[in-house]
Amino acid sequence: MIKLGQFAGQLIAYTLFAVTIGYFSASPAYVRLAPDQAVVKLSFSHAGQSVGDCYERSDEELAKLAPNMRERVVCPRERHAVSVELSLDGKLMYRETLQPSGMSRDSASSAYRRFTVKAGRHFLKVQLGDRSPEEGYTSVLEQYVELVPGQVLVIDFDEGISNFILK
Amino acid sequence: MLTFFQHGIRRLFDLADAGFNRVFGQTCNPLHQLGALSFYFFWLIVVSGLYLYIFFETSATAAYESVEYLTHEQWYLGGVMRSLHRYASDAFVVTMTLHLIREFAFNRYRGARWFSWVTGVPLLWLAFASGIGGYWLVWDKLAQYIAVTTAEWVDWLPIFTKPMARNFLSQAYLSDRFFSLLIFLHIAIPLMLLLAMWIHIQRITLARTNPSRTLAIGTLCALLAVSLVRPALSQGGAANLDIAVSVINLDWFYLLTYPLLEVWSAGGLWLLLGGLTLVLTILPWLPPAKKAPVAVVDPDNCNGCRRCFADCPFEAITMQAHSKRPGFEEAVVNQSLCASCGICAGSCPASTPFRSIEDLVSGIDMPQLKIKELRLKTKVALEQLTDDVRILVYGCDHATDVKAVQNSGVAALSLPCIGMLPPSFLDYVLQEGSASGVFITGCAGGDCYFRRGNTWTDQRIDGQREPVLRARVAREQIRILWTGLLQKKELTKKIEDFRVSLKAVGHD
Repeated sequence: MIKLGQFAGQLIAYTLFAVTIGYFSASPAYVRLAPDQAVVKLSFSHAGQSVGDCYERSDEELAKLAPNMRERVVCPRERHAVSVELSLDGKLMYRETLQPSGMSRDSASSAYRRFTVKAGRHFLKVQLGDRSPEEGYTSVLEQYVELVPGQVLVIDFDEGISNFILK
Repeated sequence: MLTFFQHGIRRLFDLADAGFNRVFGQTCNPLHQLGALSFYFFWLIVVSGLYLYIFFETSATAAYESVEYLTHEQWYLGGVMRSLHRYASDAFVVTMTLHLIREFAFNRYRGARWFSWVTGVPLLWLAFASGIGGYWLVWDKLAQYIAVTTAEWVDWLPIFTKPMARNFLSQAYLSDRFFSLLIFLHIAIPLMLLLAMWIHIQRITLARTNPSRTLAIGTLCALLAVSLVRPALSQGGAANLDIAVSVINLDWFYLLTYPLLEVWSAGGLWLLLGGLTLVLTILPWLPPAKKAPVAVVDPDNCNGCRRCFADCPFEAITMQAHSKRPGFEEAVVNQSLCASCGICAGSCPASTPFRSIEDLVSGIDMPQLKIKELRLKTKVALEQLTDDVRILVYGCDHATDVKAVQNSGVAALSLPCIGMLPPSFLDYVLQEGSASGVFITGCAGGDCYFRRGNTWTDQRIDGQREPVLRARVAREQIRILWTGLLQKKELTKKIEDFRVSLKAVGHD
């Protein structure tokens, strides 16, 4: 027969167990973003230009190939690395040269970066270059943005207009 | 260094054990049933999860609403089930972590036990993946935080060509298809966890996967109480990827490492968790344990009774056709599985000191302490007793040191495990008349270093398990104390009590 002292002890133990589970399951609160901050996310997936030009095979060259391989126009698969640079109010936030993905380096270059910034008006400049380094940046977006606290501003690359867009 | 840590943690556990033993008794001490409690919480999670799944809408747009319906419109069952699902998951992490720390502190992870330890390491990852994935499905602000942070963390690994975090850039990027994948994972990963839990207990005989009824009912009531008092609720409304998560109430049992990602790089956290996983995995060999001699079968004395096969706690014994007696079986010891506890020797019917053959050899024996030597040591110990009340103490190397309680009326012998003591030795000691009583001690009940030594000893003495103690042995001349490691004071007191009771009934 369980004694009164043991019963009380078990009650305390179970209560402590429940309180511990209940408390740490959702407390204490974690402050991730100060009340006056906003978030800027730069993310895109964009394939650089091909590293070389396409060319046409001559009839002699085609004749040497198996019938099912006789493609007249041949393009190199490899892509250029994509360079990207983000600055906010003239201050450089991010600069990277992104290598193409894929075993043959023939797929898109991708980026994802999150920045925590003060809310308010900022001058944003983001640039991208998808050709040889000598050609520099080929797409540029410069714009003032007004960020409210807690806002998430997404900077993505729109293939349709070949430039960055803000969301 | 490692030993220093072990002893320090062990001391804390011993203190906690003493308290819990007083309150719950040894058989219901929750610290002795951490693994079993983890299994129990897992089943609570499964049952509550199945109920939730009936009402859950498996799309990003409807998931939040379906959870809200359960929480508020059906609070009396759906809401309680949701809370129970969460709190049982938290309890699972608590008992699992304590189980790991305890097995480390009690040095129960090396030698033949490496398999249970190493297979327990992936359980940690699977348990956390299951729990964190579950939070994701609610698709509230907490889910949003977890989704984005997890994706950013995983993206550090060169797995995906496109960053996973792009799925959560803004509301416009969210797809139901990706959400369906998460639901599939929240079912698949717990199934993998269950499989891993099954593998984890494979090299253990009669693994305890159910806690005592008292603990099962008590913990369930505690979890239901917290479910009613502080029901699990969604945070901050439905997830909105266009608005950042500023302040969030984290489940610290699962998400303790997430805030690190704000101060460290994702790679830093991978390094920490990967390093921890690696250290845990190789811990049984840091440094390699010195292998104690394993049990040896003597075919001439093994009659194939299967008692050692039934009693071995680590499935180290199998039976095969007898090498010398056609139609009989004999025991075979798997050296890599044998933990050198000697419980098999204690179960062997040939391990009796009454045998009058010149060279006493058991059917299965421990090279470091053969039954023949145990009989000799028993005789020598008895000869040292000079008081009117003479007590022989049999103890175990993993519990309180019995040598420390010796005096002119008390002699002590320590065995690798108390389960190695054949019950016939009690009869032998008392029949010889050299001792007034026999005191048996070892690890705390339900917490034997070799898992079953004290349980089998209890059952053998109570006549419930072969080899049984003969009925002619007066039970008043036997006293048993299952206690922890550092309980010298309690042991001394109980032996003194025993001495007084023996004297009172004239056994002097």
